[in-house]
Amino acid sequence: MSKMNITKESPWQDLTIGGNIYDAGNSLEFKTGDWRSIKPIFIEEKCKQCGLCFAVCPDDAIPVCKDMKRKDFDYDYCKGCGVCAKVCPFNAIEMKGEE
Amino acid sequence: MGIRERLSGNEAIAIGMKQINPDVVAAFPITPSTEIPQYFSTFVSNGTVDTEFVTVESEHSAMSACIGAQAAGGRAMTATSSNGLGLMWEMIHIASSSRLPIVMPLVNRAISGPLNIHNDHSDAMGIRDSGWILLFSEDNQEAYDNLIMAHKIAEHKDVLLPLAVCQDGFITSHSIENIELIEDDKVKEFVGEYNPEHYLLDRENPIAVGPMDLQAYLFEHKFQQAEAMRNAKKVILEVAKDFEKMTGRKYDLFEKYKLEDAEIAIVCMNSTAGTTKVVVDELREKGIKAGLLKLRVFRPFPAEEIAEELSHLKAVAILDKAESANACGGALFTDITSGMYVNNVKVPAIGYVYGIGGRDTKATDIHTVFTELHEVAKTGKTGKIYRYLGLRGEK
Amino acid sequence: MAYNVKEIVANKKSYFVGGHRMCAGCGAPPVARMVMRALKEEDHAVVSNATGCMEVSSCIYPYSSWKSSYIHTAFECAAATGSGTEAAYNALKRKGKIAEDEHTKFISFGGDGGTYDIGLQSLSGAMERGHDMTYVCYDNGAYMNTGIQRSSATPHFADTTTSPAGEVIPGKMQIRKDLTQIMAAHHLPYVAQTIAMTNFKDLYEKSEKAIYTKGATFLNVLAPCPRGWGYPTDTLMDINKLAVDTCYWPLYEIENGKYKITYKPAKKLPIEEFLKPQRRFKHLFKPGNEWMIEQFQKEVDKQWQELLDLEELTNK
Repeated sequence: MSKMNITKESPWQDLTIGGNIYDAGNSLEFKTGDWRSIKPIFIEEKCKQCGLCFAVCPDDAIPVCKDMKRKDFDYDYCKGCGVCAKVCPFNAIEMKGEE
Repeated sequence: MGIRERLSGNEAIAIGMKQINPDVVAAFPITPSTEIPQYFSTFVSNGTVDTEFVTVESEHSAMSACIGAQAAGGRAMTATSSNGLGLMWEMIHIASSSRLPIVMPLVNRAISGPLNIHNDHSDAMGIRDSGWILLFSEDNQEAYDNLIMAHKIAEHKDVLLPLAVCQDGFITSHSIENIELIEDDKVKEFVGEYNPEHYLLDRENPIAVGPMDLQAYLFEHKFQQAEAMRNAKKVILEVAKDFEKMTGRKYDLFEKYKLEDAEIAIVCMNSTAGTTKVVVDELREKGIKAGLLKLRVFRPFPAEEIAEELSHLKAVAILDKAESANACGGALFTDITSGMYVNNVKVPAIGYVYGIGGRDTKATDIHTVFTELHEVAKTGKTGKIYRYLGLRGEK
Repeated sequence: MAYNVKEIVANKKSYFVGGHRMCAGCGAPPVARMVMRALKEEDHAVVSNATGCMEVSSCIYPYSSWKSSYIHTAFECAAATGSGTEAAYNALKRKGKIAEDEHTKFISFGGDGGTYDIGLQSLSGAMERGHDMTYVCYDNGAYMNTGIQRSSATPHFADTTTSPAGEVIPGKMQIRKDLTQIMAAHHLPYVAQTIAMTNFKDLYEKSEKAIYTKGATFLNVLAPCPRGWGYPTDTLMDINKLAVDTCYWPLYEIENGKYKITYKPAKKLPIEEFLKPQRRFKHLFKPGNEWMIEQFQKEVDKQWQELLDLEELTNK
């Protein structure tokens, strides 16, 4: 997947010049999910697919498919901020402590 | 064949830029480089270039726009002097560390303060550690020739560094002298097209430029930049050979004027070299073995090569047209003497700070230097090494 | 077709992906992402970004969170840098190196630090020159990235690390500068003040207008900062709504000199509602400091009335 293939052990010969990054959007390789101390639980039965949570996630962790319906959280990136739970008018998102 | 003309340094540069036909020129006026964007804007208004001319509101924005344009995939140029260069200092470093081959005519003028619009080299000296290739030019012909060679050097895949072509403000930039221009089509062929591998406007392969580069990475990126500067020396010589094939004019890292069999010599840059040549000729008439090393390539600094060329001398004087106020000596003086030291060249060397703020440097002043050098050569003792030329009062 | 947040999020590309290091609950990423969603599918974009929270968090070597091309150079020159990319585009198109029917959009992002203050000159220059670009300021009301220092966008009386609420001086003593009005005075074809509220309609539609109006356009977007403002992190969208319903952050646009307020609260709330949840305004609620809230309310009311007057005046 990665065009960059660069780590903290890479010698200078392997680095791209100038700090250029040639793989647009490759931060997806960096999972920020471990930042969480609380976690949103998606209660699908209560969800009316109203869309109010669709755009609020700072981390783009609420996947919405072509059918215009949201799916379960992308826990690879969710930082547990709770903004989605707060905007949900139907209590379809509950914040629980991270184990 | 060439086209014979009579042009000032600024006019010659502007015409060179017209022939290069860069994609973007983003410039802000400052004396004495102002004429360059002025002449160029006439070409733009008359449709004789395809350049997008951006009349930025400051020099900081000029270099920022050039960086944006070059990273986007175009050839970008600007021109400035003195405090204009000072204001863009931050961006000068970023242009080099981003490895963008921006070419900039730099018309040398004293950095404030107090305010002085006349020539000295303090502006260029302020960016000597910024990772820019710095070429110095004795006259309008050299300024023009350096400009025509600039892109081939800067854009070379082993280099990819920005480049400034220096000339003395007013002395060269505003004096009309004979010059031989190269034909438009020859310049176009020589300079070639800019086809970067990675660029912002590549919709198929979007890129990110200018990241946060943390402790794990900056060092290696700076090494790459330093390596590029080391590579530049070879590339500069290769391009000079190609240039000689096209024009018959020879360029090297420096010019040796009656240096091979000299006993005493001066090292200097830009227009003072012209004055020095006249004095060298006069001294030679009298049987004095005087010579000159005129440095063209200040960065990358050819320490070893200079040390080698000076090694046979009995004494050498290094002239600095900028006051570094470092209680040690001028930039050229400290660079050259350290180069001599590490290459085991033990020639007595003295430094002169001169020509500050447009202080006229006459043939009689250069004669003074050779007279003092004669003494140094005779005794083998340098005496004072941090000297001044043309200063009033106690030295 | 009518705006539908579900349709937009489902079908428009996300240009600002996960894996960035912005704080949990930061108000800026939802803004940036929605602005970028306004791009047409066939269009490429070059984003120029000033140094600040967004830049240091979204482009850390060797990662980029941007699916478009992206350039960061320094703090005060996002607009100048962006104008350079736009200039190169024009030149390359003229030379035929870029196809005539190809379209690329130029969008600059800067925080209030890099826009109202250190970046003001560069912004003004680029806008005045009329480059075909859009500048989006994500206004979080202080130099957040370097630790919450006051900017000229910081609200009156706010406690920041360089305008702390102390015994003698109770916070920032200057009124906020109105950058949106400064941009309006550049006579740009489109200037707007907007926010990420409810279904993001205001933000999306204004982004679309800004990006697709030819010439230099400007968007000022409030971007609450949970760390700097001190409200409970999960209440981001409530804070946005309060900012608008108290008329602290009016939503309006200026199209060729004509003002249009795009949201008039059914019930204008007292400014306390916006100030109360935020730690940076806690000292305003101390006994004896009532005058500060009164003063703040007066200023909000005055500016709101001015806006209403301008709307009336420019639509005669």
